[in-house]
Amino acid sequence: MAVSTSLAAIHRPHLLPRATHEAVWVRWLLTGIALLFVGFFLVLPLAAVFTEALRRGVGAYFASFQDADALAAIRLTLLAAAIAVPCNLVFGVAAAWAIAKFDFRGKSLLTTLIDLPFAVSPVIAGLIYVLIFGLQGWLGPWLLDHNLKVIFAVPGIVLATIFVTFPFVARELIPLMQAQGNDEEYAAMTLGASGWQTFRRVTLPNIKWGLFYGIILCNARAMGEFGAVSVVSGHIRGVTNTMPLHIEILYNEYNFVAAFAVASLLVLLAIVTLVLKTFIEWKYHQARRAAL
Amino acid sequence: MSIEARQIRKTFGQFTALDGVDLRVPRGKLVALLGPSGSGKTTLLRIIAGLEQADPGEGRILFHGEDVTNVPAGQRRVGFVFQHYALFRHMTVFENIAFGLRVKRRRERPEEAQIATRVRDLLKLVQLDGLDRRYPFQLSGGQRQRVALARALAVDPKVLLLDEPFGALDARVRKELRRWLRRFHDEIHLTTVFVTHDQEEALEIADEVVIMNQARVEQVGTPQQVYDRPASPFVYQFLGDVNVLTGQALARAGLSGRHSAATLEANGHIYVRPHDIEVVRHQTGAPGIAAVIQHIDTAGPQARLALEQVQSREGIEAEISRAALEDLKLQANDLVLVRLRQSRSFAEDYHI
Amino acid sequence: MSLVRPERSVLPGFGLSLGFTLFYLGLVVLVPLSAAFLRTAGMSWPAFVEAVASPRVLASYRLSFGASSLAALVNVFFGFIVAWVLVRYGFPGRRVVDALVDLPFALPTAVAGIALTAIYAQNGWVGRFLEPHGIHVAFTRLGVFIALTFIGLPFVVRTLQPVLAELEPEIEEVAASLGASRWQTISRVILPELLPALLTGFALAFARALGEYGSVVFISGNMPMRTEITPLLIITKLEQYDYRGATAIAVVLLVVSFLLLLLINVLQKWSRRFQRV
Repeated sequence: MAVSTSLAAIHRPHLLPRATHEAVWVRWLLTGIALLFVGFFLVLPLAAVFTEALRRGVGAYFASFQDADALAAIRLTLLAAAIAVPCNLVFGVAAAWAIAKFDFRGKSLLTTLIDLPFAVSPVIAGLIYVLIFGLQGWLGPWLLDHNLKVIFAVPGIVLATIFVTFPFVARELIPLMQAQGNDEEYAAMTLGASGWQTFRRVTLPNIKWGLFYGIILCNARAMGEFGAVSVVSGHIRGVTNTMPLHIEILYNEYNFVAAFAVASLLVLLAIVTLVLKTFIEWKYHQARRAAL
Repeated sequence: MSIEARQIRKTFGQFTALDGVDLRVPRGKLVALLGPSGSGKTTLLRIIAGLEQADPGEGRILFHGEDVTNVPAGQRRVGFVFQHYALFRHMTVFENIAFGLRVKRRRERPEEAQIATRVRDLLKLVQLDGLDRRYPFQLSGGQRQRVALARALAVDPKVLLLDEPFGALDARVRKELRRWLRRFHDEIHLTTVFVTHDQEEALEIADEVVIMNQARVEQVGTPQQVYDRPASPFVYQFLGDVNVLTGQALARAGLSGRHSAATLEANGHIYVRPHDIEVVRHQTGAPGIAAVIQHIDTAGPQARLALEQVQSREGIEAEISRAALEDLKLQANDLVLVRLRQSRSFAEDYHI
Repeated sequence: MSLVRPERSVLPGFGLSLGFTLFYLGLVVLVPLSAAFLRTAGMSWPAFVEAVASPRVLASYRLSFGASSLAALVNVFFGFIVAWVLVRYGFPGRRVVDALVDLPFALPTAVAGIALTAIYAQNGWVGRFLEPHGIHVAFTRLGVFIALTFIGLPFVVRTLQPVLAELEPEIEEVAASLGASRWQTISRVILPELLPALLTGFALAFARALGEYGSVVFISGNMPMRTEITPLLIITKLEQYDYRGATAIAVVLLVVSFLLLLLINVLQKWSRRFQRV
């Protein structure tokens, strides 16, 4: 499922010479339609979040963050991301190294399998962990005996987060490393570098923009995941609620201002993610052009 | 149909691609626009085709006397062939060639049966019969180019324009195809202009060569004319290997030839081709430039000698027949005298 | 038996990287996913059919599949226009719009959910204009459709953009020089080249919409038989401790998702069939 948020797939537009332009009114019409569509579907929700969050004024807005449960939710969200992102980062690098640098049977099957979490509904992602670690699950009795809780506790949330953000780093690095080829690594090896040295000094600098890109996308999804986490969390206030879950609770209690206030934090995160993403794309293309 | 371009000026932002260029292509001739990258030749071709426009008010294009400057590309009756063929990937050869006929307005559109006949005739003309159901990716480079040509011819153009048509092909295919193009042109007599940076190609097949450099036309003439009587140092150097000698070196060597005393005194540049150089063994007092043989290369039909002038330490490249080389029994480090059978100097080319 | 061709094993770390990859993949993805299938395999056939084909479940399929395909279709149409405009036209703020397209990727689904509900509720910004005309969006299927359109938007646009950007301008110039009108050039030359990307974008948007939960669950109202999407039904069953029922439905969705994944891979191979030109 190569949706091209991949850095390697981004292209710059070019402007065509005159013979192949549409009539000016057509261009205006199409541009208008495109902007209306984007404005209606994308900008409107953004604006709505901030409007609703500030409906009772700035004071109420900031008060929402002084709630202990809200702070706990923020901490849990950060914790889940702080574990999930590095895990998937290491995996992504390992998988990209194996797939991009070597030829073996089943390579395309492996690549497809890595994309699996994208194809799975978040709710199902949560469900399958319940099936294993829940009270009636495979490991349920064992966990109970050892007084360990995964489902309805923090470990479950972390696991579900890892699952849904599983492919992000890998699918950025794989096409990138494939496009970059192996020549530089071979050169390093012939000059006597060990595997780790080659990786650290040659490969890593080349893929750094892809890494950043994958990390920020992975992080955005990790912090914003809702469906999967909803299934495994048990919704215990102050303990097993991430920010999205906390938003749900507040909303269902008709505490709209607080719900949108917490939501606005995530919107800011999303905007920062988009800005960073654009920045990284720009830097990446700069680096590529300089290398030519 | 003859083509005329008058005072074409074209700029892209700060960059001037064409600086007041005039061009006249007689009817039925095969003309080459020859020049290095950036000389403006492709831009000129595209302006003739209508794919680009000259700067507003800066130039006109006339086809057979009729002003087509503001006529859109699709209505100029030009056939355009690109360096990388630009075949429609998802259409068969047949569909590619039929395209121009099928997009005609309803009134002018021929029936499918007529289209089919025309496509088959064109395939035969370009010697690709039987390939009508193939897809472009199944064809070789030379075949693709001929399909592109057939496609352009299908709409019965008055003028054929080719943009580096052989640039994407291997050396051998390139030679075969350009000779094929020449024979083809002799059959159909369609006014044809092609752009190339390969002087060998232009000189071999064109009726007339237009040499361009840095947004201007340097010279127009038959291949023989431009080669034998180049109008400027640029043309001379572009069309073949050249040695550049100083007037003083010649004067010292007693080789004034047909050059004026003024030229020799002012130390102007004298241009001579490697094969116009005569090499004899050194004899004191005899005319000629003294030089030492650095290197002899005998791989090929002629022998190439790399020489170094004794006085100025500057290099000379000479080309002599293998027979002459054997007669003279020349070897590396031998001292020889260099004489010129033919050489050129250019009026404006004085350097103090 | 060596898995790796000899000349490729100059670089070290194959065993380590592949081993870790397979281990992690198995642990995090494959084993948990198999749990769903194994659980369902233990069901008797009639029980399975009852779990996945009862009226309430069927109603949820109709809604999920129906709204998802409609939303994906709308995204193909408008996504094509957006991609075309972004790739080919310059206008002030183009970069911003281009970055915004990824918003549904970056925004948490719950946030999208409550934002959309706020907009389309009776007294919401848009809702208040539509209600007097009898158009209800919040808590109806229309609301579900709108939410699914939101989250599918980037898939079509991002799939089309690189393909559009890679189109050779010469192709269009040739068509123009052969006498084709602009519309003929677009419909006969450009669209066929874009077809695989359009289909892939549709499949991706559809697959995402099918499994979507967070953005939909607030605006839909979750009324059984009316506005209950399949993922919600799964959660409802879980809360009622009907693990078997939930898992069975999950398996149905998983199978569909995997088939879609397969379809997308096939589409991408198909799109390369004319490539070598």
